[in-house]
Parts: sequence; C-alpha cells; structure tokens
Amino acid sequence: MSGPPCESIGHKLEVSGVRKVFQPEDGRAPVVALERFDLAVDDGEFVCLLGPSGCGKSTLLNIVAGFVRPTEGRVSLDGAEVRGPGRDRGVVFQEHALFPWFRVGQNVEFGLKMAGVPRQERVGIADRYLGLVGLQPFRQAFPKELSGGMKQRVAIARALANDPKILLMDEPFGALDAQTRRLMQDELTKIWATTGKTILFVTHAIEESLLLADRVVVMSPRPGRIKALLAVPLSRPRSDVAGDFVALKAEIQELLRDV
Amino acid sequence: MRQQGRTRIVRMTSVALFVLVWQAASVWNARRQYLNPILFPSPLDMVRAAYDEAVQGILWRDIVASLARIFQGFAIGALVGVPLGCAAGYFRRLEDWVDPIVELFRPVPPLALLPLFIIWLGIGEVSKILLIAFSTFFPIFLNTTEGVRSMDPLHLRAALSLGANRWQIFTNVAAWSALPGIIVGLRLGFALGFFVLVAAELIAADSGLGYRIQESRNFFLVDRMFVGAAVIGILGFGFNLVLRRLEDLLLRWRSTIVQAQI
Repeated sequence: MSGPPCESIGHKLEVSGVRKVFQPEDGRAPVVALERFDLAVDDGEFVCLLGPSGCGKSTLLNIVAGFVRPTEGRVSLDGAEVRGPGRDRGVVFQEHALFPWFRVGQNVEFGLKMAGVPRQERVGIADRYLGLVGLQPFRQAFPKELSGGMKQRVAIARALANDPKILLMDEPFGALDAQTRRLMQDELTKIWATTGKTILFVTHAIEESLLLADRVVVMSPRPGRIKALLAVPLSRPRSDVAGDFVALKAEIQELLRDV
Repeated sequence: MRQQGRTRIVRMTSVALFVLVWQAASVWNARRQYLNPILFPSPLDMVRAAYDEAVQGILWRDIVASLARIFQGFAIGALVGVPLGCAAGYFRRLEDWVDPIVELFRPVPPLALLPLFIIWLGIGEVSKILLIAFSTFFPIFLNTTEGVRSMDPLHLRAALSLGANRWQIFTNVAAWSALPGIIVGLRLGFALGFFVLVAAELIAADSGLGYRIQESRNFFLVDRMFVGAAVIGILGFGFNLVLRRLEDLLLRWRSTIVQAQI
C-alpha cells in the first residue's frame, strides 16, 4: 500500500493513495488511470474535478461511488471505508439513468422504497424534493415525457431523497444544451445552498467548475493525477463575465495547456 | 389520427376487395366449369358451410377443444419459460449450465417429437398439450433471457447507489428491462404453439380444428376444409391483436415501441 496514512479527523470524504490500473483483457499493456491520488473534502464543501478526457476524473468518481475498486489506496466517508456502492453516496450520472418504467414520483421514491420507508412517508419526502427542483406537477409523468434538463433535475431529486452524506455528479449537465446547462448550474447552486450537501462534481468545462465549486481539483492525464488544487474565492451568485472570474479562468487554462 | 383513420380504411378495403375478387372468380369458374367448383369453394360457400357446422354444434366444440389445448400448453410453456429465462439471464453461473442444453434442443422441430410424445403419453390430450408447451418454451425462454441481459448497466449502478439489494434489483430493474423481450417471446411462442397445435390435430386427434380439416378431407367436404383454415386464421389474428394491445398497455412507458416481426 502506498500513500500517506490519513490521521486527519473531520474530513467528510478522504481519498488517500488511490491508484487504479486497468488491465485490458486482450493482453495489451495495462493502463494507469489514476496514480497516487489524495484528496480530502470537508463537510458541505462543493468540489469540482476538472480535466480533459482520459484524466481519470470519472474513474475517481466511480471509485468513490463504489462501482470500481481501486488497485491501491482507500476511500473513506465519515471515517468508514468505502467497499461498494451504497445509499450514503447519491450519484447523478451524465445520462439521467432514470428508470423509464417508473413515473417521476416513483423514481424519486426509489431509494426510500428500497429502504422500506412506508408509502405515506416516502411520498411526502419525494414531493418535497420534487418541489426543490420545481417539478412537483410532473409526479405522474413518465421520464420519456420530460426534456433533458427536467430528467436531470429528477435524477438530482432522486439522489437527494435518500438523504446521502455526499452527492457525486459525473458531468451531469454535459449532455444539455448551453442555455439549459446555465440554468441548471444556477439551480444546483441553490440546491446546494438549501440542503448544505457535500458535492463532488466531475466536469471538463472550466467555466462550469468556476461557477459551482468552492475548490477545483485540476487533473492531468496519463496517468491521472492532481495538477493543482485551486480555491475559488468568489462570492455567489457568480458571474462568468466578472473580472476575477475571467482571471481565474485564464489561470486554469494556463495550467491545462501544458498538460 | 386522421392518417391512422385513412390507413385503417385502406386496410379494410384491401380485405374486402380480396374477398370480392375471390367470390367473383368462384362464380365465374362455376359457370364456365373451368376447374371443378367443388375444389374451389367461394367465400359464400364457406359462410354456408360454417353456418351448418355452427348449427350442428361441431364448430364450437372444435374451437373449444383447440383453444383448451393451446391455452394449457401455452400456459405451461410460459410458466416454465419466463421464470427459468429470468434465472438464466440474471445469474451468470446458471447461464452456462442451461444454455448448452437449450441450444441442443432448439434446432429440433417440435413436430419431429410428436410421434415420441404419442408413444410416451398416448394419443389423448396430454401429449398434445405437452408438445405445445415444449414448442412455446423456447422462444419464451430465449427472449426472456435476452431481455434480462439487456438491462442497462447504468440502471444497475443507479439502483445499487440508491441502496437496492440483488432481489430488489431483479424485481425493480431487471424484470422491467426484460418485459419487452418477454412479450415478444410470448407472441412468438403463441404463434408457434398454434402451428404445432394444428399439425398435431391433423395427425392425432378426435376433435379440434385441425382434426376437422382432416375429417372433412376424408368426406371430400372441401368447403369445410376452407372453413377450418379460415377459423384458425381468424383466431390467430385475434390473439395476436390482444397480445399487441397488452404490449402497448404494459410498455406505454417506452419512448418507441418496437413491434416485433413474426
């Protein structure tokens, strides 16, 4: 095992010494997706993983979610080691991943139903989160009847209804058009402020990371590793035309240039 | 909606024209004695023959006998095929045990086994019902297995991260993913079951629509042979319609309902 021991107490999420090697089945050379990755995320913090494709940002998110096991290192949430997927980590995927056979309300209730929460109670909770994303009138609709942005809002409500300790988002707005994307970013900022959730957010868009995050983890590819950790000292709501925003953006662009 | 209405009118007109042309051809043939008219009854002759059979009560008896066989056989095939298909699709380890045996039996045309079934189970109802069950099993099993395996890995991940256990994933995700495949399997199975039913009745039965065709042949009642074939056609058409309605109802959540070709 490599990586420093994690003694620090009080971090919500700790990723220490994580290394991930993919071994192709056809006998080609193994691919190192992540190398000695360390990251600590505090309670209520909004952290963005930013980098070009192939930098291992989605792999890291999948490891935190428990879908993928790290080759080395460990991930812990509130001090407990992550050993597989679980309801303490809500995940929002790039393609909404809603269950098309369930209505919007049933999708949002899904996690609660799995946990055995009585019907009355889970309908109430689902309604609250549907209200939070502004989709209460669509409780009875099937996902196919919603637009891309609405589907993604339902996916966020579904993840939040389980009251997870952390929200993991894998390029959730990547498939949306620019205008919808901008709206969703504002909405997510509001949701984050309302719920106080810890959020780990993967993106390849510099502006998006600067609009959303408290801290941006800039990653470099082959093997995936942290290039820089940047605090975003901008007050919310943020504007992507403000001078300090543009300055930060230029700084990150510079960082990503010599990747 | 208007487009649909127009399509329906064209389709009905097509059928009506077909029957009219047939009737005209038969009448013309009866006058000219071009071919022996007894061998080529007109639609009206068939209606008359069907009426006679209905009055005698044999038409209903035949329909009931045939439907009883197909429903029992189909039910057994589905009750075995769907659960086994679900299990084989869901548990990868079971797949390798079940698949080769299914693949071994699948290419054998069910009718090739009819003599065997008769030797084992006699000429009564059991042999026919089990042969229908046997033949319906394969399309149902294979399409169910395929359906379960078509589960989107993203849905699996979503369900896992929402706290679902293996059984909950089966009932809430895998079974729903399999539903379109299961329905296709049921429809294919029913069509094949119908096919086997009639063939079995032609060879070994003392009632049913297939038997009536064979018996009519012995008495040279060609119009009754046509009636038998027509009734089988109408029943098959009707059940396919019912299954399609069921499909539309059960799969109304799907963005595009892909109609399977039979």
